[in-house]
Amino acid sequence: MLEIRHLVKSFGPLVAVDDVSFTVPQGEVLGFLGPNGAGKSTTMKMITGFLAPTAGTAIICGYDIATRPIAAKRHIGYLPEGAPAYPDMTPDDFLGFIAHIRGFSGEEATRRIGRVVEMIRIAEVMHQPIETLSKGYKRRVGVAQALLHDPDVLILDEPTDGLDPNQKYEMRSVIAAMRPNKAIIISTHLLEEVEAVCSRAIIIAHGRILADGTPAALAQRSRHHNAVRLAIAGGSDANVKAELAALPGVADVDTAGDGLIVFSRGGHPVVGAIADLARERGWTVSGLQVERGRLDDVFREITAAPRPTAAAA
Amino acid sequence: MGNVLTIFRRELTAYFATPLAYVFIVIFLVMAGILTFFVGNFFERGQADLQPFFTFHPWLYVVLIPALSMRLWAEERRSGTIELFLTLPIRMTEAVAGKFLAAWCFAGIALILTFPFWVTVNFLGHPDNGVILASYIASWLMAGAFLAVGACVSAMTKNQVIAFVVTAALVFIFTVAGSPIVLGLLQGWAPEWLLHGVAQASFLGHFSAITRGVIDLRDVIYFLSIIVAFLAANAILIDLEKAE
Repeated sequence: MLEIRHLVKSFGPLVAVDDVSFTVPQGEVLGFLGPNGAGKSTTMKMITGFLAPTAGTAIICGYDIATRPIAAKRHIGYLPEGAPAYPDMTPDDFLGFIAHIRGFSGEEATRRIGRVVEMIRIAEVMHQPIETLSKGYKRRVGVAQALLHDPDVLILDEPTDGLDPNQKYEMRSVIAAMRPNKAIIISTHLLEEVEAVCSRAIIIAHGRILADGTPAALAQRSRHHNAVRLAIAGGSDANVKAELAALPGVADVDTAGDGLIVFSRGGHPVVGAIADLARERGWTVSGLQVERGRLDDVFREITAAPRPTAAAA
Repeated sequence: MGNVLTIFRRELTAYFATPLAYVFIVIFLVMAGILTFFVGNFFERGQADLQPFFTFHPWLYVVLIPALSMRLWAEERRSGTIELFLTLPIRMTEAVAGKFLAAWCFAGIALILTFPFWVTVNFLGHPDNGVILASYIASWLMAGAFLAVGACVSAMTKNQVIAFVVTAALVFIFTVAGSPIVLGLLQGWAPEWLLHGVAQASFLGHFSAITRGVIDLRDVIYFLSIIVAFLAANAILIDLEKAE
């Protein structure tokens, strides 16, 4: 449904987006991750036709955003960075304006506005000027605007920024509910959000895609993958640590809070060996937990690397 | 076409959503009144026409029209709504036309609200209402030209104050070029074609030509081409410099 082909955007000497390609089929929620200034928003601005790419293009439902912008934009729902909306308008007028531009009028417009208002829960602020709304409501008005025409491709730049935990949960449920019929891209800083709603994650830094996979697959690249968290009476004893570290497959042992954390080498499971050792030695184990891996670890590892020097080409 | 109307409606409502519309209309009417009655010696002239009223329009517009046009694009840039606006399925021409027409229509409303002047002059005597109608049309056309310049300037900045000042300076130059002062300065030493060219390029010459009561097609075409040219530049500028 959405195909990104070799997008490049440079601002003078600065290359903000450097040859980014990927496709998003229907039913996928793609999490777009990256540090600030990584090129996430710039990529989204190019996909939605706001910025013209320096090279490459995006195909939305078969329409090239460069050559068929109007047809392509009809299929996109877009929440720009910061959820901009006309501050003097009420959400009611604002959504009415968007509905008209999207080609709905009369009954149809009312019905569609009613549907998104209920979905996003903004009914109680429909007649207040947008500038007086809280950050969370503003964000939700922006999302409502993007959903009004039930687009095939949904591009949301930080849809949950400024929402409280309950609202975040609701927003994620809304996104999850829409997933089967749409191709969705969300950008976010929140890694737990990626784990909660995304079926795939792309990590981007310095304008380049550095990792692409399911959140679980990415988490496996973490040194916490298959690490074992262990609470033993007398666990800080140097002997216990040394014995654990000597086990085959164990990379490192660390103190973590009241207990220990045992990192495996290469992410291979070590929990069996640890349990055997504990039984043999007669340690009183009060807690034992295998970790799946942490996305934030992977994120930091990948994105904190120094900027790759540009190839001579 | 439908999109132009939708954008037009939103923009026109936006004027009335803030005190700008009311402040503008009140100031416009009060200043027009002061200039007509005190500076223009409306009564002392003893003639039943609105010439002292229309004479001051160009100068009134130099100060007031930039206040209408400054927000058109600068506000969208400042608040970031330009990104929302331009990713909707609309053509750039529709966006530019919708915004301009709303501002032009607003200027028309302000102009229509000067009808008490017309009532007064008709009450006091028997003016040539054809000339008055022609003058109103000329004034509105000139307002359109000012607004097109202003829209174009507004497209270049996200600062409304800058948009105001630059627009005011530009339209002042456009207007003053045809004034007797500037033409007098050129007279005597400048070649005839330059003198003629400067007078032709000025808003003032074309405006006063129509206010004499003759709607010459060339004057109308002059104002319309100024409008089209600046709106085309407006569209190009937005396209080139969307983000910043």
